Amino acid sequence: MNDLFHVSAAPHARSPITTRNIMQDVVIALIPASLFGIYNFGIRALLVILTTVLACTVTEYVYCRLMKKRVNPGDYSDVVTGLLLALNLPASIPLWMAVMGGVFAILIVKMLYGGVGQNFMNPALAARVFLIISFPSQMANFAIEKISSPTTLDYINSGAAAALDSVSGATPLAALKAGETVDLFQLFVGNHGGTIGETSALALLLGAGYLLYRRVISLRIPLTYIVTLAVFALLFGGHGLDANYLLGQVLGGGLILGAFYMATDYTTSPTSHKGQIIYGIFLGVLTGLFRIIGKGVEGVSYAIVIGNLVVPLIDKATRPVSFGKERAKVEK
Amino acid sequence: MGKSTFLGGIHPYEGKELTMDKPTTVLLPKGDLVFPMSQHIGAPAKPVVAVGDHVLVGQKIGEAGGFISSNIISSISGSVKAIEKRLVVSGKLLESIVIENDHEYKTVEGYGNERDYKKMSKDEIREAVKEAGIVGLGGAGFPTNVKLAPKNEDAIDFIVINGAECEPYLTSDYRLMMEEPEKIVGGLKIMLRLFDHAKGIIAIEDNKPEAIKKFKELTSSEERIEVQALKTKYPQGGERQLVYVTTGRKLNSKKLPADVGCVVDNVTTVAAIYMAVAKSTPLTHRIVTISGDAVTNPQNFNVPIGTDFGEIVEAAGGFKQQPEKIVFGGPMMGMAMYTYHIPVTKTTSSLLGFIKDEAAVEESPCIRCGRCSEHCPLQLVPMQLAQAGAHNDEERFVSMDGLECCGCGCCSFVCPARRGLTQKIMQTRNQILANRKKAK
Repeated sequence: MNDLFHVSAAPHARSPITTRNIMQDVVIALIPASLFGIYNFGIRALLVILTTVLACTVTEYVYCRLMKKRVNPGDYSDVVTGLLLALNLPASIPLWMAVMGGVFAILIVKMLYGGVGQNFMNPALAARVFLIISFPSQMANFAIEKISSPTTLDYINSGAAAALDSVSGATPLAALKAGETVDLFQLFVGNHGGTIGETSALALLLGAGYLLYRRVISLRIPLTYIVTLAVFALLFGGHGLDANYLLGQVLGGGLILGAFYMATDYTTSPTSHKGQIIYGIFLGVLTGLFRIIGKGVEGVSYAIVIGNLVVPLIDKATRPVSFGKERAKVEK
Repeated sequence: MGKSTFLGGIHPYEGKELTMDKPTTVLLPKGDLVFPMSQHIGAPAKPVVAVGDHVLVGQKIGEAGGFISSNIISSISGSVKAIEKRLVVSGKLLESIVIENDHEYKTVEGYGNERDYKKMSKDEIREAVKEAGIVGLGGAGFPTNVKLAPKNEDAIDFIVINGAECEPYLTSDYRLMMEEPEKIVGGLKIMLRLFDHAKGIIAIEDNKPEAIKKFKELTSSEERIEVQALKTKYPQGGERQLVYVTTGRKLNSKKLPADVGCVVDNVTTVAAIYMAVAKSTPLTHRIVTISGDAVTNPQNFNVPIGTDFGEIVEAAGGFKQQPEKIVFGGPMMGMAMYTYHIPVTKTTSSLLGFIKDEAAVEESPCIRCGRCSEHCPLQLVPMQLAQAGAHNDEERFVSMDGLECCGCGCCSFVCPARRGLTQKIMQTRNQILANRKKAK
């Protein structure tokens, strides 16, 4: 055996977890919510999902080709963006708008800032905000063609006016805003209006459980975010300790989707444990301000997008103290 | 007092089951033996024999070249064939003494004589350790006699014996603990004589329950010795992690264990101290692990220092499949070499042959997942340090405590983007330290 052996710097062992399988796990985790969206809103939802995923992957591929960059070999981050964007859109959106959203997310927010890991905002949410500003009425049209429960119809009827007036707004939240109560069970299962992926807390939590089990995400950001919003609603919602109102706030809008899948986006969230907790609280307060103090009914997308901008600051302020570098304490 | 574990760290595949239950095989070398004059930290030793001289087992062939240096002892008898540059594990060519083996193993006078260490003075003990050429055998290679003579010996209240062996695959320390535990306990007792106020702690990771049991039995009547089971986690055997977990004291890169009242030595080193002091036997042999998925019969060998690794690989049945990579030391901090025809030195604990090189992967962009800093046992932020290093931003690197890095490799191990974080950080760190030295 005269062949020379490989030489490289230590370490010579690597964990089996790669960017690719992290992204694959996120896609897997989003499958229940996507399937429920298709069940809830019909084949049209599937069309929107396919459109945005395709728009995102094609945009990334074409950009890399044109800029003579290496095409990232299937790290799935473009698929994740496309899927998340679709889940944040109403099923009724014209497909060309969905394409615009996908192109905006990948081209403007991700690639122009340097590609995966360099974007300062969550691309899917930035694209959603972009679409809300550009096409407010289409983005707030949560009409469901396929409805089974009369209670959900009630939400639509009662919330439609508010939903159309506001720039964003999932209908159960609109109902809450209008001072009505909501059917918590239906809210949990997801048989109501909203964007494709946000309605079913059950499906979302199923996927989140998978991500937690696989240790792709931790509870630090989602839990502090949700708890902070609930506390905010308790203090300032004007309903006191009203379970229907509080749980409605938690389950009714894009909070579960946002907290577990988008606020936890690695690139746009703090890396230290302390920073993640501060970030979660920050998002909760911001969402509360938008939803409860402000005029709007939603607020998750805006809160996360604004939170993204504060992340570098949080990171800087919460850099951990290196081992053995603490100020010398007096030894006993 | 002690802590249950330290922050950060990783759980890599251990691979110890390949060799841990197989008894150590004694191997007598056939070919020439090579003794590099630098097998330790500090100044190289100076050859004290000439070509053509006949040497005996236990004879000093290289003399310490300074205060921080170490003697080199012949492990066989034979004649000096050459004094020339030879390849060592670091990839450097170092001045070495080549000895042709006469296969008679004649020893120097007094070799192996029993000595009652209780009648020896502290200085005599230290002198015996120095003469025997003992250095830190866990890998660092710091001269042990220097470690045993801190500025203020009364300030030492803990002697921590490192039996963690946290590097995957390595079992040489474990085999020694299982086969000759009394040497380790004996060595510790000798060390305790040097430090009147110290307590001895034998620290062993809890993936070696048999060894823990053995030492608890052996030391049950010893008031000054305690056995501590450590949670299995890499890098538990790192000096800073070990001192923290056993004593609760924190070291940084600027402090020595002696600064916080500790002396830390590896189990193999402690056994060597025992042999040198109580048995008049200098450091001539060591146990090496030959393991990895490419090796036919993975096991431990007790070999004379200076033996060519090629012979040991042969004794282990060679490779069942052509390895892509050969690593000397553990997979986390060991060194890869393009050949395995290099001599066993005091600090080489193993040869690992891997069919597939896990590190031969392409880097992809950082996704800021934070795993590197979450697993850093020193609470650094590797991704930012590596970035500062890549931009040659030394000021930022230093301000973020990049010089603290111990090179344990956890960050590179966990990075899902496969970035060579450890390499970049260590490279920057070493460059800064070298420049500072130059400036002085």
